[in-house]
Amino acid sequence: MSGALKIELGRRYRFSASHRLHASQLNEEENCRVFGKCNNPHGHGHNYVVEVSISGDVDSATGMIANLADLDAFVERQVLEDFDHKSLNEDVPAFREKVPTTENLCIEIFQRLKSFSSAKLERIRVEETGNNSFEYAGDNLEGNRP
Amino acid sequence: MVLLTRKIEFSASHLYHNPNLSAQENRRIFGKCNNPHGHGHNYTLQVTIEGEPDPVTGMVLDLKELKGILEREIMQRMDHRHLNYEVPELAGQIPTCENIARVIWQLLEPKITQGRLHRVRLYESPDLFVDCYRNGANGAWKP
Repeated sequence: MSGALKIELGRRYRFSASHRLHASQLNEEENCRVFGKCNNPHGHGHNYVVEVSISGDVDSATGMIANLADLDAFVERQVLEDFDHKSLNEDVPAFREKVPTTENLCIEIFQRLKSFSSAKLERIRVEETGNNSFEYAGDNLEGNRP
Repeated sequence: MVLLTRKIEFSASHLYHNPNLSAQENRRIFGKCNNPHGHGHNYTLQVTIEGEPDPVTGMVLDLKELKGILEREIMQRMDHRHLNYEVPELAGQIPTCENIARVIWQLLEPKITQGRLHRVRLYESPDLFVDCYRNGANGAWKP
């Protein structure tokens, strides 16, 4: 590995899920004002794209930062199994209290994937639609460091 | 600083095989990428240059010049080639997206004389890509 270069691998995954943006601390009128049609009581859904970026040394025997089969299996187990074709509000415990915005979804997915043992998790980028995307890099971004 | 990105596409074949490993280990590690007759991809390469716009031309780097560099250094070397057998810079390496991106960085960096190479992003497919950038720099555009 050339020490002067940093190499990151990005992999995209997809899941479809429903959500409703509703804050229990706000009254009905405020929820409607803040969240608009995303506050529709029966929820709505998106086809989410999750972009996972990892970094590390490139193993000279395999040419890889990490084996993709391992990364795929880890993401499947840690995220996709729990999120795909689910209601984020009802089926994911983290969103019982927290509003399942895509900002919060990025943070939740980052927390679920940061223990990947074969490489360092750099950041999570989630596309809620083709027009909206969100990124979270935990402590890797200077502004997030304590 | 301003970032400028140019995209090119090339098609190439490759296979993953480490001669120091047994046939069984190769199969276990590389899976279907170990198929002895190889397979191919349409690669998309995004090359990002950083720099200040020239006060006279308003350009970080003349895009025509970048286009010529990419044609000579990348397209002629890799397009419609077998990456294992026809690209000397990859000899002895497994032609993974990681290694190809690094070789592309090494080929391009000395050729960029106006501005400076900021990032090489190589897509092997729409769902798999590698970013290569200078250690300490931030690959993504972050203020």
